[in-house]
Amino acid sequence: MELLAFYIAGAVAVISTVLMLTRLNVVHALLYLIVSLLGVAVVFFVLGAPFVAALEVIIYAGAIMVLFVFAVMMLNLGKHAVDMERQWLTPGIWIGPAVLAGILLFEVVYLARGNAAGLDTGMVPPVEVGVALFGPYLIGVELASMLLLAGLVGAYHLGFRKIEKTEIRHDADTHEGRADTSGDLVLAGADQPARTT
Amino acid sequence: MLNAAGLAFVVAGARWHQADGQVVFLFILAIAAAEVAVGLGLVLQIYHRFRSLDVDALSEMRG
Repeated sequence: MELLAFYIAGAVAVISTVLMLTRLNVVHALLYLIVSLLGVAVVFFVLGAPFVAALEVIIYAGAIMVLFVFAVMMLNLGKHAVDMERQWLTPGIWIGPAVLAGILLFEVVYLARGNAAGLDTGMVPPVEVGVALFGPYLIGVELASMLLLAGLVGAYHLGFRKIEKTEIRHDADTHEGRADTSGDLVLAGADQPARTT
Repeated sequence: MLNAAGLAFVVAGARWHQADGQVVFLFILAIAAAEVAVGLGLVLQIYHRFRSLDVDALSEMRG
């Protein structure tokens, strides 16, 4: 029975990934990407790695997707962004991700009610993962911490809003050259005056 | 892609009953988080500089 659950979760992950790649709007693609990550998390759970499954849900589907959604929301601060969001979130668009996520939810509830032993591969408990992580892989933890620090400093440096002389020229270029494609995703926020603080 | 690599590591770790696959998955998770942070910083910088996310608008150098 766990084998069937494994195949169903894998199929849900693959289908939602394909649907994510073929969407045209960013928000639709993000919805399907969240469902895809949840499907991979269920696959991890079935495989006997509940710690990794929880981390997948928390960090990927929680933190990273919230970061994406924040970026998408920050980049669409236009007057007709509201119209675009109303156009994106039509009442029919959530049915596909909701059905796929419902399949995953049913599967997790079924597995949690029964014996959640996973496949015949056996379960690797989180204690072993922690012991291995801070035992022979301690240098890897240090390297990961340095990588995260470098990522933090780099993201701060890139996100720092610099004052550029050439910014005005590019603003004029993009305004005049692309003013006819209103309603496009590209031009969200072009109706605002150029921010040259 | 990183997620697929992590899935392969976890499957291999489950196959041989070792915790190493999940440990490597944690490292992959850290790498993905750092990469997403830097990538979104780049996207924000592009938007602030060009007021657009069109790739065709980025076709000039020394921008």
